[in-house]
Amino acid sequence: MNSAADIVFDEATKTYPGSVRPALDALSLTVPAGEICVLLGSSGCGKTTALTLVNRLTELTGGDIRIDGTSIREQDVIALRRGIGYVIQQAGLFPHLTIAQNIATVPQVLGWPKPRIEDRVRELLELVGLPHGEYGDRYPAQLSGGQQQRVGIARALAADPPIMLMDEPFGALDPVTREHMQDEFLRLHAQVRKTTLFVSHDIDEAVRMGDRIAVLAEGGKLLQYDTPERILHAPADDYVARFVGTDRGLKALTLRRLSDLTLEPYAGGANGTALRADDSLRTALSALLAAGADRLPVTDADGHPVGTVTVDLIREAA
Amino acid sequence: MHTFLDCFAFMAGHFGLLLDRTIDHLLLSAAAVALALVLALPLGVWLGHRGRGSFLTVSVSNIGRALPSLALIAIFLGLLGIGFVNVMTALVVMAVPPALTHAYLSVEQIDRDVVRAARGMGLTERQILTRIELPLALPVLFTGIRIAAVYVISSATLAAVAGGGGLGDIILNQVSYGLSGVIAAALWVAALALAADALFGMLGTRIARGRYGGGR
Repeated sequence: MNSAADIVFDEATKTYPGSVRPALDALSLTVPAGEICVLLGSSGCGKTTALTLVNRLTELTGGDIRIDGTSIREQDVIALRRGIGYVIQQAGLFPHLTIAQNIATVPQVLGWPKPRIEDRVRELLELVGLPHGEYGDRYPAQLSGGQQQRVGIARALAADPPIMLMDEPFGALDPVTREHMQDEFLRLHAQVRKTTLFVSHDIDEAVRMGDRIAVLAEGGKLLQYDTPERILHAPADDYVARFVGTDRGLKALTLRRLSDLTLEPYAGGANGTALRADDSLRTALSALLAAGADRLPVTDADGHPVGTVTVDLIREAA
Repeated sequence: MHTFLDCFAFMAGHFGLLLDRTIDHLLLSAAAVALALVLALPLGVWLGHRGRGSFLTVSVSNIGRALPSLALIAIFLGLLGIGFVNVMTALVVMAVPPALTHAYLSVEQIDRDVVRAARGMGLTERQILTRIELPLALPVLFTGIRIAAVYVISSATLAAVAGGGGLGDIILNQVSYGLSGVIAAALWVAALALAADALFGMLGTRIARGRYGGGR
């Protein structure tokens, strides 16, 4: 269990006491090591149940879940949880502890030597963009929502667990901060490659974050488990199609960037309206419509022209 | 008015007696509060940690509030006879409800997300209690102790009815000490209760200070 591990749900079932119908109904899927799997669905579809089954905050009533081939039933529950990073919606930071102490919690209970804990806290705060000198000694209430959630993520990464469970981690943030945090997490994930289960009810977030998306329906039934492209282009049934939305054609455009296209040669163009090569096709289409133009120039990050995008090019790519 | 002013002369003249009775009074109160806390705090904190028992704690607290202390001592007179045990029992019964209710609430009111995060990270139940819940519970817990202490100090006056001593000995014995003595001792008790309230209030503020880094 070092840098990443795969997670296998094998007919995983949960029926809560006093309930006839299962909250999660024989879920079978495999999350390959190092990937992000988004559990997507409306409320009451069992996605949070599926998540908390993995760290046994909820106990299975049927089937099995294996991490790196080992059943979670066979592991000591405390040891299991210490090997899994857990991030929840409101961050759940300990209000009476400083940021540094919050992050140090799991290393402390694992009995790491002090200097190692200090180094790790410093490293993690750096990683999430909150310099230790400025933020280490503050209390959670002194941070913004987005900053708190960064600390929540740093805390979850503290003992370098191979797995991350994230339960709507950005759900309480405003849209701008939210998008920013999504990008930040993707950047972070590219560095640490933890196998990540990510609960969301937001198709846009799922498409953005997921290497794969598991669409769940009421009663905890898995409708489709696929890549974002496949979910958008070939929804398994009407329910998935409706959940994905009538604008799934547009959403699919967010998955591709201008740099993926073979652009037409650069031919000058309107000032200030130039697109960037790392803009998504959706952004490009929106800009084309807004400008009322058939074609717009594209530049690289430094502003050097790299080509021209046209409405036809986008239509062909979609 | 004359009698009222006389009470200060009484205080000056019988300072040794008042001090003596005050020490009795405080010892009795401290013993009762300590015993009540030993009984109520672990139970309340444990119930709060488990998130159950609100019915029990609310009932105990309501019954406690409805029971007049004098009646309680009278009841125990019948059961336990005259003396220290009777008075202690009555005072403990008075102190338990506020201590228990606050102990329960102090833990139960903690943000459930915080506890959930702690559990999900792999803290043992004991670590959750000692590292997370108790530190966060302390201010409310302290309020419970404060209320119990003030309650017992003022009620301990009635101990004299059952031969328990304390400042009540003077208050209930106008024949020996005169009206000025009664008023003097009564003022004394009031001052003690206020002092205890202020003291525990100060300790509570000190405990809460520096935490959380401001409001949330």
